[in-house]
Amino acid sequence: MTESAQDGEYDAWLDSIESDDGYYLECSNGHGWLPPRRVCPRCHDQDLARVDLPESGEIASYTTITVPTPQFEDDAPYVTAIADFGPVSVTGLVRGVDPDDVAIGDVVGLDVGERVTTGERVVVFRPR
Amino acid sequence: MSDPRIAGASVTQFGKHPERTGRDLFAEAGLEALSQAGIDPEDAEALYYGNFMGELAEHQGHQGPLMAEAIGLDVPATRVEAACASAGTAVREAVKTIRNGEAEVVVVGGAERMTNIGTAAATDALAIAADDLYEVRAGMTFPGAYALMARSYFDQYGGSHEDLAHIAVKNHEHALVNEHAQIQQEITVEDAIEAPTIADPLGLYDSCPITDGAAAAVLTTEAYAEEHDLDAPVAITGTGQGGDNLALQDRPHLAQTPAADKAAEEAYGDAGVGPDDVDFAEVHDCFTIAEVFAIESLGFYERGEGIAAARDGETTRDGDRPINLSGGLKAKGHPVGATGVAQLATVTWLLDGSHPRADAVPDSTVGVAHNAGGTVASTTVHVMEVQE
Ligand SMILES: [Zn+2]
Repeated sequence: MTESAQDGEYDAWLDSIESDDGYYLECSNGHGWLPPRRVCPRCHDQDLARVDLPESGEIASYTTITVPTPQFEDDAPYVTAIADFGPVSVTGLVRGVDPDDVAIGDVVGLDVGERVTTGERVVVFRPR
Repeated sequence: MSDPRIAGASVTQFGKHPERTGRDLFAEAGLEALSQAGIDPEDAEALYYGNFMGELAEHQGHQGPLMAEAIGLDVPATRVEAACASAGTAVREAVKTIRNGEAEVVVVGGAERMTNIGTAAATDALAIAADDLYEVRAGMTFPGAYALMARSYFDQYGGSHEDLAHIAVKNHEHALVNEHAQIQQEITVEDAIEAPTIADPLGLYDSCPITDGAAAAVLTTEAYAEEHDLDAPVAITGTGQGGDNLALQDRPHLAQTPAADKAAEEAYGDAGVGPDDVDFAEVHDCFTIAEVFAIESLGFYERGEGIAAARDGETTRDGDRPINLSGGLKAKGHPVGATGVAQLATVTWLLDGSHPRADAVPDSTVGVAHNAGGTVASTTVHVMEVQE
């Protein structure tokens, strides 16, 4: 991992997932977003509260990527998915399950792992 | 307010030209467009230029003045960046500049140099059109993002990889006579289905190639065209642009492209036409599934119906509404920052009868160009019509 400045609230958010204290930001109209975010783009509300992320989500779509960017060269093939956690969706790698067995609707939990290629932190989904 | 006339348009050969600089590619297209227009370069008043990955591919920012210089113009020059919709967005700026009376002659164009950095670096460069924190760091690539959208479409509306293969087969067939096209090679549905996977369900033949190339067009007012006796029968009569959340995860739908819905609605309203008036369209098929999203957003098909259009022969050159007679991005190639102006050129040539596929749409009067950026977080739509 290269020595560089933290990406503010994004890295703080990863820290929170790592310590099982994951959260999202919610406006007063119930729209959910991941940090960093100062305003709800849907209703312009700037009063965003920190809310606990649900323990599990559902795979909304997924793909096995065989031609990666150089930062994922040694990770490929890997499964990237978008999982629905109620008011927010999250994009991450699916691990702990055979790629052929991943399906829309699968229930997953949120975790932080490491990229094989660079050792950098990455959002990971694991079957629940 | 005058709808801009297209006085000249040009594209370079699209393909692999790793040894050619961006400035050389753009100079070729720009000089040819100016020459074709028959306009004194002294009369040009502005340049809008599309480019996406110039910093990464050529270590070159600030390309506006560089490219004006490359075509011998001393004018205010602005680079416009909206990922793969950069050139379409440049067209929109040019249209506004002509319409609001700020200029009588505007050059619009775009160029991209991509093959010099190799596939891995180009994949990386294209990926930065996505959200870095939440998508690129989760391994998302550009094909990967469209794969997520394709799988979601199949899940919601049905459809199969074989349906997508028919889109690739069609666009390859359309490109066979297009001398500017990167790929002039017929393929079969079996070829497309059996091709190596990039990000399932999308394979090699669901994806546009990595391309070097440039495109340029000269826009002018109706009055200037008349005064200078220019041959410029085609006008841009409608322009629209729409946006969306950058990251797929933040959108309510993975299988719809509302930014394109908004752009189409605005462009149709601006031109005073509807989808049923459109004879043909050039749409942004960076991946086969993207053509499905495009023809649904343009109102040619209901949601969930666009997937079967190529298979049913409706969007082929013999069909009722041919799509991508140039071969599309799929076969013609996709030099990212040039694509929107290449579409403008194609529609112009199909309407004025000079395109090699013009015989597929004889007597057509209305064509549409749809240019999408990223996973359709940016879209422009332009309506073009033959004027009396
Ligand atoms: Zn809100």
